[in-house]
Amino acid sequence: MAIKVRNDKCVGCSKCVKECPFDAITVIGKLAIIGPKCTNCSKCIDACPFDAIENVEEEKTGAVDISLYHNVWVFAEQREGRFVNVSIELLGEGRKLADEIGCEVCAILCGDGMEGLVDELFEYGADKVYYADAPELRSYNTDAYTKVIYEAIMRHKPEVVLLGATHVGRDLGPCLAVQCGTGLTADCTKLDIDPEDKKLMQTRPAFGGNLMATILCPDHRPQMSTVRPGVMQKPERQEGRRGERIDLEVSFKDGDIRTHVLEVVKSLQERVSLTDAKVIVSGGHGLSSGGKTPEEGFALVKQLADCLGGVVGSSRAAVDAGWIDRSHQVGQTGTTVKPHLYIACGISGAIQHLAGMQTSDFIVAINKDKDAPIFEVADYGIVGDLYKVIPAIIGALGR
Amino acid sequence: MKIIVLAKQVPDTNEVKIDPVKGTLIREGVPSILNPDDANALEAALDIRGRFPGSSVTVVSMGPPQALDMLRRCLNMGADDAVLLSSRAFGGADTCATSTTIAAGIRKLGDYDLIFAGRQAIDGDTAQVGPQTARRLGIPSITYVQKIREIDEKSVIVERQMEDGFEVIEAKLPCLLTAVKELNTPRYMTIRNIKEAGKKQIAVWDEGEVCISAESCGLRASPTQVFRSFTPPPKGKGEMLDGTVNEMAALLVDRLTKVHAIEKEV
Repeated sequence: MAIKVRNDKCVGCSKCVKECPFDAITVIGKLAIIGPKCTNCSKCIDACPFDAIENVEEEKTGAVDISLYHNVWVFAEQREGRFVNVSIELLGEGRKLADEIGCEVCAILCGDGMEGLVDELFEYGADKVYYADAPELRSYNTDAYTKVIYEAIMRHKPEVVLLGATHVGRDLGPCLAVQCGTGLTADCTKLDIDPEDKKLMQTRPAFGGNLMATILCPDHRPQMSTVRPGVMQKPERQEGRRGERIDLEVSFKDGDIRTHVLEVVKSLQERVSLTDAKVIVSGGHGLSSGGKTPEEGFALVKQLADCLGGVVGSSRAAVDAGWIDRSHQVGQTGTTVKPHLYIACGISGAIQHLAGMQTSDFIVAINKDKDAPIFEVADYGIVGDLYKVIPAIIGALGR
Repeated sequence: MKIIVLAKQVPDTNEVKIDPVKGTLIREGVPSILNPDDANALEAALDIRGRFPGSSVTVVSMGPPQALDMLRRCLNMGADDAVLLSSRAFGGADTCATSTTIAAGIRKLGDYDLIFAGRQAIDGDTAQVGPQTARRLGIPSITYVQKIREIDEKSVIVERQMEDGFEVIEAKLPCLLTAVKELNTPRYMTIRNIKEAGKKQIAVWDEGEVCISAESCGLRASPTQVFRSFTPPPKGKGEMLDGTVNEMAALLVDRLTKVHAIEKEV
């Protein structure tokens, strides 16, 4: 498909130029020209009052016979013999998708002497587990995992492959997709099956979460996605549930594995910045209330952030007052953030602050003033003294 | 050492604002910038060039002619040359097709020892083009590089960032590394570099010049396509919690647990 402008109908009114999210259209001599930034999103088609823009079929290259591909696969990512949470979440999501397509959900596991993990995958809903066993697969290695899983995909032909969008999945996914000659949609937050043609509809944020896009992979297989951790529901474990284990043939020759992990270092210190943080707890003007100092306030905010594995943010007011470094500032003139959870403590919610955080997945607001604008964007609001509320939350977390 | 850096021109998403009434993106006045992670990639390349006499740094980008501004900036920072892969035929490319085109551009440049790319671009956040280009070139890749521990003409040892620490990984050259921002602090442009850069030409290559057919790039070679894009729907009215301080706190933790807002492990 390609977006085309009909010369006979276009009058150069520029409506499409304004509507295009990708800045891909220019009007030259009363004619709209679609530039190379076009992603085929079709917004301009709806915007055009003259029906001058259309989506035209173009011949695709490299398409495969999609009828040969069946079943939903989940990459069961293990680290030191334990599954990462998102792999289990994906078994739940995979089950849902497989039921809608009418097929099986399967897990693919790479490890070294980790047969014991296979049953756990059955208990979380896998109908089949493809297991690859080799010393080279003990922990993640780009080349080793890519080779083994690529060969399994070629042989068993899954129609969907899901990976967690972890530092492992986002390394493995791109390599696998190129090997298989298929597409990959990164960091999806929603997956659906089109009820008409059973194709996978992959929805993901772009532009720092300011825009959502639904992506299809119509003519290539498998349809591959990495999925953001913590978004999908973890399924119930069904003790004793069993399925079919299929052992994969694994062999490596010289030159197959070109990178070598010399050492793995664990650090407790999180080095996340505001943009990457999954959880942000922010403090604002309200920290200096009830006879408390801003230092005490930010210490409390930090304590809550630490409990949740998050980082500390702030409003502009707190930065301007010199309470905290500007690098913590969230908002239009600070950093635009989209964490999974944003907790605003003593922040009234000036429009410029809201612009920088309102696309967060979940927002909690704690403020004395029940009419504070921050409550307009909050999923959960607590009216009260943050010096009492925050310690109570820390207590309730039990961490 | 011959070093190639992959760079992308992106809209500064920190400056993207949302129209509060229509809920749409406001693009007017949003500046185009060198993708932040790519600036770290370029810095790493310039640093290594400084340590190995006779080295060179070439920046490669795919994009519309406007991306020349960004490449000019890379020259101002100290890159030796830059190439822009630009053609109508490249339009609408997904990461799969983009990597084909970039790999073709790199092949035309000839031999190289090291390729740097940013971990991901802030407009798409895919983190795919780097490793996919390496696959197409048949060289190993290491993503999320936060530190270069050792490097010589034959091999490199780096730290690869993980969620809970890092891995120390060794690879032979040539290989491709993707940079995270913890890798370094990008240098500023200098007057001297700007003067030097002003004399340089930036080559612009289309599909013919990198010897690929129009069918193997752009939209037609892209397995994925955007079905629709939309601004996230506005949130419904939230819930105001009631009760004593302790009751509200317990209720909040309960609600956040139910909606998976407080699971911090991966």
